[in-house]
Amino acid sequence: MNEINIQAHIDKFKDTPGGLLPLMHSIQDDFGYIPEESYPLISQSMNLSVAEIHGFVSFYHHFRTKKTGKNIIQVCRAESCQAMNVRHLEQYIKNKLGIDYHEMTDDQKFSLEPVYCLGNCACSPSIMINDEVYGRVTEEKVDQLIKDYK
Amino acid sequence: MAVKIFVPIDSTSLSLGADDVADLIAATAKKRNIDITIIRNGSRGMFWLEPLVEVETDDGRLAYGPIEINDVDSLFDCEFYLGGQHAKYLGQTEELAWLKKQERLTFARTGITDPLSIGDYIAHDGFNGLLKSLKMTNQQIVDEVKESGLRGRGGAAFPTGIKWQTVLDVDSDQKYIVCNADEGDSGTYSDRMAMENDPFMLIEGMVIAGLAVNADHGYIYLRSEYPHALVTLNKAIKIAEENNYLGKNILNSGKNFTLEVRRAAGAYICGEETSLLESLEGKRGLVRYKPPLPAIKGLFGKPTVVNNVISLATIPIIMSKGAKYYADFGVGRSKGTLPIQLAGNLKNTGLIEKAFGITLRELLYDFGGGSASGKKIKAVQVGGPLGAFIAEEHFDIELDYEAYSKLNAVVGHGGIVAFDETVNMAEMARYSFEFCAIESCGKCTPCRIGSTRGMEVIDKITANDEQAKNVQLLENLCDTMVNGSLCAMGGMTPFPVMSALKYFPKDFGVDTNASDT
Repeated sequence: MNEINIQAHIDKFKDTPGGLLPLMHSIQDDFGYIPEESYPLISQSMNLSVAEIHGFVSFYHHFRTKKTGKNIIQVCRAESCQAMNVRHLEQYIKNKLGIDYHEMTDDQKFSLEPVYCLGNCACSPSIMINDEVYGRVTEEKVDQLIKDYK
Repeated sequence: MAVKIFVPIDSTSLSLGADDVADLIAATAKKRNIDITIIRNGSRGMFWLEPLVEVETDDGRLAYGPIEINDVDSLFDCEFYLGGQHAKYLGQTEELAWLKKQERLTFARTGITDPLSIGDYIAHDGFNGLLKSLKMTNQQIVDEVKESGLRGRGGAAFPTGIKWQTVLDVDSDQKYIVCNADEGDSGTYSDRMAMENDPFMLIEGMVIAGLAVNADHGYIYLRSEYPHALVTLNKAIKIAEENNYLGKNILNSGKNFTLEVRRAAGAYICGEETSLLESLEGKRGLVRYKPPLPAIKGLFGKPTVVNNVISLATIPIIMSKGAKYYADFGVGRSKGTLPIQLAGNLKNTGLIEKAFGITLRELLYDFGGGSASGKKIKAVQVGGPLGAFIAEEHFDIELDYEAYSKLNAVVGHGGIVAFDETVNMAEMARYSFEFCAIESCGKCTPCRIGSTRGMEVIDKITANDEQAKNVQLLENLCDTMVNGSLCAMGGMTPFPVMSALKYFPKDFGVDTNASDT
């Protein structure tokens, strides 16, 4: 973690009403996660306790405090995807990558996360890799995507 | 003159490879020396046909779909750019039965226009509602919305005009318009479509809301799972500012309204309005006690209109065509149209905007074409993860707020998820509790603890462990959650659970002859 970089993000949002939310996005977009070592710095500038910052970050599924793989695969587990057998597909992806949800592959290429609806319900089952959504995902498509993103 | 070719940019179209198709069409045209212009339009919402490629001809727009990259060469071989015949030729887009049977008001432009062309927007009735509103008093605007009968399309169905009246009537130096774009319900995507495919409509609706209640700043609280909508909205806001439809002294009226998008962070509960406000304030999204209502004490303690995307996006057409025009659609107290979204196990999925009063059977079979798997449709969840499962015996009930309420079901945000006969409804009921446990904000006990206890009780029922006693316990638990939870998360999770048990007891291993459930 670079303190100067964190401070640059803080300076951008410290006077924004409700600025903690966009600030945390800004840090995560930059670092890939929110380093816990940044909490004291944020705490000073935003006039919040470290406990409040921890409480904020841990409340939201989107925010992470650990480094992730190069690519994040999110598998939609919500009802529409379940109706199209995502329970089977998620098992296939887990086996293929050799990891469970919230884990990272040994080569640090992929992290796997569950997500509850990508709004792509007309073409279930759906997964998202980084910022791209893929619909009507089959096992073959998973194989192809993992190859492409590796 | 260059032929206009349309390839949608909606994120579901993109999820099926629309970008690759558009790129390949452009490259092939260049190679073959054919003069075309590719327009990235919104999607018409016929997702089983996506990517849907359209060509503008003297006979109107002609459709081809679903187009994969392997189809592109053959499309050129048969001169699709002149309207040539092809195995995937569908005919004139406007004449397709799926579209012809709809009443598209809010989604009138969707799929036709380029989402970021303000010229397209204006050419298709855009900003007429705003122009009219600028000549009206606050009260006249609020009255128009009241008369339209518009009710909150996020799911709670509270009359929009009454909410606006409350905010208008409070005296305050600062008021806000907040758009709830945290569309987390599975099976719903109409908010996403509105934002990606017709973003100026939402902007116009929010400006009118600001004029109505004297608010000069708005927030769009957008879920983080919608990265494409984020980009589109930010671009649209910039274009609207450059053209003076947003910002200071809008169209020289002396009125100001600024707008910004705030990215949410993956908490389903933040779709609940008070939790959303906490999140916007930079806090954990804990649900607030009501009263005070957000209309009186909302964002940063100021009077705030919190409306769903579709509610706000429907304001422009109401103001442009008049309250009566809108209210003439629908049945009883469910006035106007509802954007219905077909999802899950159906052959034809997509967006259907219809006046209230259509039945589930018409939606599932006439529009949906039955299940995708070809198996019998066993259950349908209407209105998202907190909506009841509907069994076939109720497929003929008209879709309106009051009729569904009688069934202990909800229309909600209009999401319809179909399951075929392979679904195990005890697993779905367990999942409802699991989802509630994952997404509960934790403030009230029935929701925080009840959701986990609910999973355990269902496990006991399906394992036939003191079954009758545990069914009774489940009913008591659900009753506590319905009546004791602070918000709809804990208060409505029992709807899918109890409907699953009531209509599909066999899936729980419950013998209906032995128990009165």
